[in-house]
Amino acid sequence: MIELCDLSKHWPGAPAPAVAGLTLTVPEGTSCALIGPSGCGKTTTLRMVNRLVAPSGGSIRIGGQDALRADPVTLRRGIGYVIQNVGLFPHRDVAANIATVPRLLGWDRARIAARVEAVLALVGLDPARFAHRLPRQLSGGERQRVGVARALAADPPVLLMDEPFGAVDPVLRGRLQEEVLRLLKQLRKTVLIVTHDVEEAIRLGDAVAILRAGRLVQHAAPAELLAHPADGFVAGFLGQDRALKRLALFTIAEAPRRAEPVPGEPLAATATLHQALAEMLARGTRAVPVVGGGSLALDDLPGFAAPSPGTEARSP
Amino acid sequence: MGALAEGLSWLRANPGIFLGALGEHLLLSLTGLAIGIALALPLGLLVARRARLAEAAIAAAGLLRTLPSLAVLAALLPLLGVGFTPSVVALALVALPPVLVNAVIGLRGVDSQALEAATGLGMTARQRLLRVELPLAAPLIFAGLRIAAVQVVSGAALATFIGGGGLGDLVTQGMALLETGRLLVGGIAIAALALGMEYGFGRLERASARWSGTA
Ligand SMILES: Nc1ncnc2c1ncn2[C@@H]1O[C@H](COP(=O)(O)OP(=O)(O)OP(=O)(O)O)[C@@H](O)[C@H]1O
Ligand SMILES: [Mg+2]
Repeated sequence: MIELCDLSKHWPGAPAPAVAGLTLTVPEGTSCALIGPSGCGKTTTLRMVNRLVAPSGGSIRIGGQDALRADPVTLRRGIGYVIQNVGLFPHRDVAANIATVPRLLGWDRARIAARVEAVLALVGLDPARFAHRLPRQLSGGERQRVGVARALAADPPVLLMDEPFGAVDPVLRGRLQEEVLRLLKQLRKTVLIVTHDVEEAIRLGDAVAILRAGRLVQHAAPAELLAHPADGFVAGFLGQDRALKRLALFTIAEAPRRAEPVPGEPLAATATLHQALAEMLARGTRAVPVVGGGSLALDDLPGFAAPSPGTEARSP
Repeated sequence: MGALAEGLSWLRANPGIFLGALGEHLLLSLTGLAIGIALALPLGLLVARRARLAEAAIAAAGLLRTLPSLAVLAALLPLLGVGFTPSVVALALVALPPVLVNAVIGLRGVDSQALEAATGLGMTARQRLLRVELPLAAPLIFAGLRIAAVQVVSGAALATFIGGGGLGDLVTQGMALLETGRLLVGGIAIAALALGMEYGFGRLERASARWSGTA
């Protein structure tokens, strides 16, 4: 659990605080996506949690412990940290970069070697090809994945990720999000993840926190956020198509199934309603068949896209 | 050709004098270099992370560097007298600026994101220094050592003027006695030592660049 209480940071000489009175709790085993415009204080917040920046005020508790009283070195070794600009060590190969925290923790060689292979595979990099390359021999996206692997290496209970997939192409990005999502659920990590991308935020965050000029504007589950943006700023940030984005949060399995058979290739029940809608539009139909029988009808989607009070499909 | 033959014959006749001068020269140079490095490196580590101090250190080193070695020797004469000690002090002052400047520039040039990651992942200040900062700054630090070594070995030739001995003695004596052979052996040996330092430290520098992943 990460608990930020009335956290603020005032950089010397700055006219306004970078972070102002931020109170935010990330419950144990859940993830919170931090989004907001450039310069709104996202990175500063993560750096305060990792004790790289001393807060001007407020408190931080991690797993119930006062993080500001803890020994910073010990604290940091228990936190997986992906920095915004990756920051790989240029003189160390990929394997050595990933082994950083396990080495600091004094793991033995065999355990480190096995772990390096495992996390490389996890981020989709073939250990045989990549383990002994230097950072400058990698593409930007490959470097970012090594940065994520390095943060995961010692299996820390808490992860701080600052735009971990910013330089990765959309296809791979989707795959990595899938992977991270599976990982988060499976390993029950407590995660604070910064992103610029609303879709990534609603996909990876159990909750989403929107910051504006260092202040928390809204903190809610993705479905709630997309259905009820707190103000015009949030609505604008989420985009005109927030109803469509909301459809991506639900699978066909969660929607009412109609008995009428519909011709065509059936969709898997695990597909999202967003994908189902795209299929209807592509096929020019008002319903699509579902694997295992029955169909999904266009008329059942509005309730998921933008629920009116009382008809909420899954209230957070 | 005639001059070279004179040099060889002088060398054959006086191997003891030559080796004695060479020994003195090396002792002077290495002691001066070692003291210069021992002062400059820790100083560099100390000031590198503080922008103001780093600038001040570089400016002071630049000033020290512009003083002619002979003037430094002359200035030390009334303070420390003549002989080995003032010579070594002067050579340490010759070695200090290049080592200090290169150490500061090398350490300040280390990728700030790598530093952020090192601290952020839980390295102590010492681990960060040994595992990240020094390896990444190593090529520039070794370049500083190379420059210092070459300058010290050449500068040690002037020690003869304050009775510090070394190969410079052969040159001044050769001139005084109009003994071309002696003069030549001294001059060539000094040049060869300087070239040797350039080559030896140059190799270290290239090795460190490979080791730090920057070459
Ligand atoms: N070390 C620093 N010294 C002074 N000001 C800083 C420092 N780091 C950040 N700031 C300022 O604090 C504010 C918040 O910066 P921060 O890096 O947290 O933004 P961000 O939300 O991460 O932005 P981005 O999305 O562009 O990464 C900015 O106005 C920035 O200029
Ligand atoms: Mg940032």
